[in-house]
Amino acid sequence: MSKITPVLSAAWDQADSFTIEAYKRNGGYQALAKALDMKADDVINIVKESGLRGRGGAGFPTGTKWSFIPQGDNKEHYFVVNADESEPGTCKDMPLLLANPHSLVEGIIIGSYAIRANHAFIYLRGEVTHVYRRVLQAVEDAYKAGYLGKNILGKGFDLELTLHAGAGAYICGEETALLDSLEGFRGQPRLRPPFPAIAGLYARPTVVNNVESVASVPSIIANGAQWFASMGTEKSKGYTLYSLSGHVNKPGQVEAPLGITLRELLELAGGIRNGHRLKFWTPGGSSTPMFTDAHLDIPLDYEGVGAAGSMLGTKALQIFDETTCVVRATLRWTEFYKHESCGKCTPCREGTWWLVQILKDLEHGKGTPADLDKLLDLCENIAGRSFCALADGAASPIISSIKYFRDEYIHHLENKGCPFDPVASTLFATAGGVK
Amino acid sequence: MPFTQEDNSLMDSIIARYPRSRSAIMPLLHLAQARDGYVTNDSINTIAAKLNLEAAEVTAVSTFYTQYKSAPVGEYHVGVCINTLCAVMGGDAIYEAVAEHLGIGNNQTTSDGKVSLERIECNAACDYAPVVMANWEFYDNQTPQSAKDLVDSMRSGNPIPPTRGPKKLPTWKENSAVLAGINDGRAGEGVNAGPATLLGINAKKEGK
Ligand SMILES: Cc1cc2nc3c(=O)[nH]c(=O)nc-3n(C[C@H](O)[C@H](O)[C@H](O)COP(=O)(O)O)c2cc1C
Ligand code: SF4
Ligand code: FES
Repeated sequence: MSKITPVLSAAWDQADSFTIEAYKRNGGYQALAKALDMKADDVINIVKESGLRGRGGAGFPTGTKWSFIPQGDNKEHYFVVNADESEPGTCKDMPLLLANPHSLVEGIIIGSYAIRANHAFIYLRGEVTHVYRRVLQAVEDAYKAGYLGKNILGKGFDLELTLHAGAGAYICGEETALLDSLEGFRGQPRLRPPFPAIAGLYARPTVVNNVESVASVPSIIANGAQWFASMGTEKSKGYTLYSLSGHVNKPGQVEAPLGITLRELLELAGGIRNGHRLKFWTPGGSSTPMFTDAHLDIPLDYEGVGAAGSMLGTKALQIFDETTCVVRATLRWTEFYKHESCGKCTPCREGTWWLVQILKDLEHGKGTPADLDKLLDLCENIAGRSFCALADGAASPIISSIKYFRDEYIHHLENKGCPFDPVASTLFATAGGVK
Repeated sequence: MPFTQEDNSLMDSIIARYPRSRSAIMPLLHLAQARDGYVTNDSINTIAAKLNLEAAEVTAVSTFYTQYKSAPVGEYHVGVCINTLCAVMGGDAIYEAVAEHLGIGNNQTTSDGKVSLERIECNAACDYAPVVMANWEFYDNQTPQSAKDLVDSMRSGNPIPPTRGPKKLPTWKENSAVLAGINDGRAGEGVNAGPATLLGINAKKEGK
């Protein structure tokens, strides 16, 4: 049986897939009508029963998160979509929104109805203009069709939906930094508790969910919790988007049940590029500790990846073959975290700076083997001791690369520089020499 | 350039999208860039007055985010992704080739004001690496040569269109207006998905 289960991606090959006409032709907005005929609490229960877990990285159960919103509190509630997608390697939400923005819009209306919110927001990273266009058009068309605004489908539910562009700051993907940014401040994380469910946007009860989590909701309402829960593994239910990038013959998006392995996904992606072999990969973006060719058969669900010492994260599978220098890769990711550190707390702000200095020396073959221990020591003082999870992410590539590739670091020292030819790892190298 | 009545009513319509006016800072800054190409002191003061804030509060926001520019960028702003995956797949070579070709460095603009260059972080298009962005439109699977051709086409006034984007590459100012939430009517242009996006469903069709 095919391992591929296209739900969100099912109609992506239709040229007009992003239009409201195509979405409705393919059954869109029927789940909305069904949900609005149900009690709000019943909608939450279906999502709970389906076992859907947040696709933004942490895997928190979506229905449970919705049930944390206090009801009857006479306060405004807000539903906020995290479309910041900036975790290095992560590239699923943007193609989803380009090809089918209405799946998100329909999910937002259902989610807002469930938590009794009358205003929802999409916080979309700012560096994707065409995605912004597609989502804006989808929102405008949903208003015109009576799916947004006052008295939606004549059922007495009102919802305003505002699209908001970010402006280039990775930290705004962290949900509390996102809320500060949306309130018109610098995007810096907040102390939790209180959690957004109690005091979120404008200090009101707020749900923050990832694009893919929300876009999955209409399919659950349409087909039932059992249908969704029949896919995946015991604690990681349903289908999800896996993104393959890097040294594979055919990179791209594959929608499959949670628990598929990299070996199976590689088969669909035409394998590692010809004449090469897998060296290291991330299971869910650069903040998740890297794996090697020893991890090809790990089930890619929350439990399987966790048991093997990493995290499922965003299911961004960045694949690197043996031409890639792991020290160079690690340094570059570390430079990213240094650049994106919001500066609020000292271990992260200063620590990432020092990590870059030491890694730079190591890449150039300067320093001593003791510097590796210094790096690990620094990581220990940064991860878990900072204000938010950005700092934990910064430590991940360093700790895991030293764990699996200590010899390669040492080789840089013995060699007095990087032994790799960067040209060999490029896309154009495979296409027959440097163009 | 003074703010016109039209600027003013646009600003009001942006503020009206939010329950609290301060939330409009970011789209108003995008709008400022649509007007002037970057965030001028005039814009800072106008936004502050509009939202009943101190100018320093608006500046604090504007300087936090890399997309807001404090000096003019080119009519076409080119970002080369140098995050790890793109860098390894050729982004480093592309950046070097383009910088040398244009004779400018990071965050600099050509003397004709046409093209500016920036090293950018992962732009959520890794399955199309190496990636170049121009005015924040996607140029997928680039090479040093294709990127040089791209900037040449910009300088000659007829830019190569994006891979997944509108038929014609809009200017920096035009795209800044889009990010402020002004619909330019181009959502229907361009492909709905690139080949990598369709990997899974195409494999399924092949019976995999
Ligand atoms: C530094 C950092 C960056 C993050 N970036 C994103 C992001 O771009 N998109 C996203 O959905 N979640 C991101 N998250 C996770 C969010 O904080 C939050 O957990 C998520 O949006 C919740 O949605 P979910 O429950 O649907 O997964 C990030 C977290 C951290 C610490
Ligand atoms: S850990 Fe880093 S990103 Fe997070 S709050 Fe502290 S300085 Fe900011
Ligand atoms: S690393 Fe370049 S787009 Fe993701």
